[in-house]
Amino acid sequence: MAVDLEKLNLKAPWQDLTVGMMIHEGGTSKEFHTGEWTAVKPHVNENICRQCLLCVQVCPDSAIPYDGNGRVEVDTDHCKGCGICAHVCPFGAIEMEGF
Amino acid sequence: MSYNFKEIMSRPERLAPGHRMCAGCGGTIAARNVLRALHPGDHAVIGNATGCMEVSTFMYPYTAWQDSYIHNAFENAGATISGVEGAYNVLKRKGKLKEDETFKFITFGGDGGTYDIGFQSLSGAVERNHDFVYVCYDNGAYMNTGIQRSSATPMYADTTTTPVGSQSNGKPQNRKDLTNILVEHDIPYAAQTTFVQNFRDLHIKAEKAIYTPGAAFLNIMAPCPRGWRYNTPEIIDICELGVETCYWPLFEVIEGEYHLSYEPKKKLPIEDFLRPQGRFKHLFKKGNEHLIEEFQKEVDRRWERLLKKCK
Repeated sequence: MAVDLEKLNLKAPWQDLTVGMMIHEGGTSKEFHTGEWTAVKPHVNENICRQCLLCVQVCPDSAIPYDGNGRVEVDTDHCKGCGICAHVCPFGAIEMEGF
Repeated sequence: MSYNFKEIMSRPERLAPGHRMCAGCGGTIAARNVLRALHPGDHAVIGNATGCMEVSTFMYPYTAWQDSYIHNAFENAGATISGVEGAYNVLKRKGKLKEDETFKFITFGGDGGTYDIGFQSLSGAVERNHDFVYVCYDNGAYMNTGIQRSSATPMYADTTTTPVGSQSNGKPQNRKDLTNILVEHDIPYAAQTTFVQNFRDLHIKAEKAIYTPGAAFLNIMAPCPRGWRYNTPEIIDICELGVETCYWPLFEVIEGEYHLSYEPKKKLPIEDFLRPQGRFKHLFKKGNEHLIEEFQKEVDRRWERLLKKCK
């Protein structure tokens, strides 16, 4: 049984809740956009980036995805703008920018 | 064990985005990089002691975990995962599970749920030598409830229950050395690591811990920007300073044999680690030089003791 996230808002009756409040699939938090928490986002300068992937490893929000070939665009729906990636980048390719 | 960076990075992400941990949290960096050490295709059952990680990654109906996840209470993460592992073994023996599926058991706990509240159940679980890994992400206080001191809080740290003022210089006691206590349980694998060397050390230790049969313990220093009050983006610098000053030595203990993973070429003075952190600000006031000396003495004493064990 999958959880219908649409139905489970604050007004959901108890009958719609899953038994034991169990969640029957993984990674449903993707539906929750923590990107709204911040006003700054990392901007990657693709000409300077050398794909060392350090930013992918340090991101606390799993918001810098890797697709098997390289780092792909930052997931701004979930990035909380902490700035760790910009600080660790050995080539200075990431800058934190306001919207 | 080999370290193929490209292969490791192409493994699927096991901690989904959208969890509600603070921006710049060290705990999730630890969890993601530990889970990446699982071989592709293997499943995990993740136990979790109460703490920041539990309340923020598992808010109904949202879960950030891609694998099975179980939370019970603050004090029994070790007992819970032992029960799960025991049930798994029985079902496997009775042939009720698929033959070709491998499950690994991993528990995450903060220092409050590991060093203090969950210690008895952790001690029991490792004594019974269940095949699991306990990962402690040590941020040195009860950060979830508002930075109260724990037994992992370093000496002289300013917390809300050991506030600095005219009568107090922060926590008067020294921190508990939990990794060594776990080593004395005579478990097959115990290690201490943090976010240095591009996560190579953490990855190798996590892989060893997960794939060593029997109980394993991994202690990871995971700075907390709220509680430690440093500039959030500088988390990796803080970890490096922790290692270079020998405050947080990197070592592993395999079947009771100590191995030092890294020895700084030139040991830095402890001030370098303390200065960027707001919780130690009072140590740099005039007249408090003796406190830093005390701190340094304690770090030196523990470092010498570790060196002796590693020889």
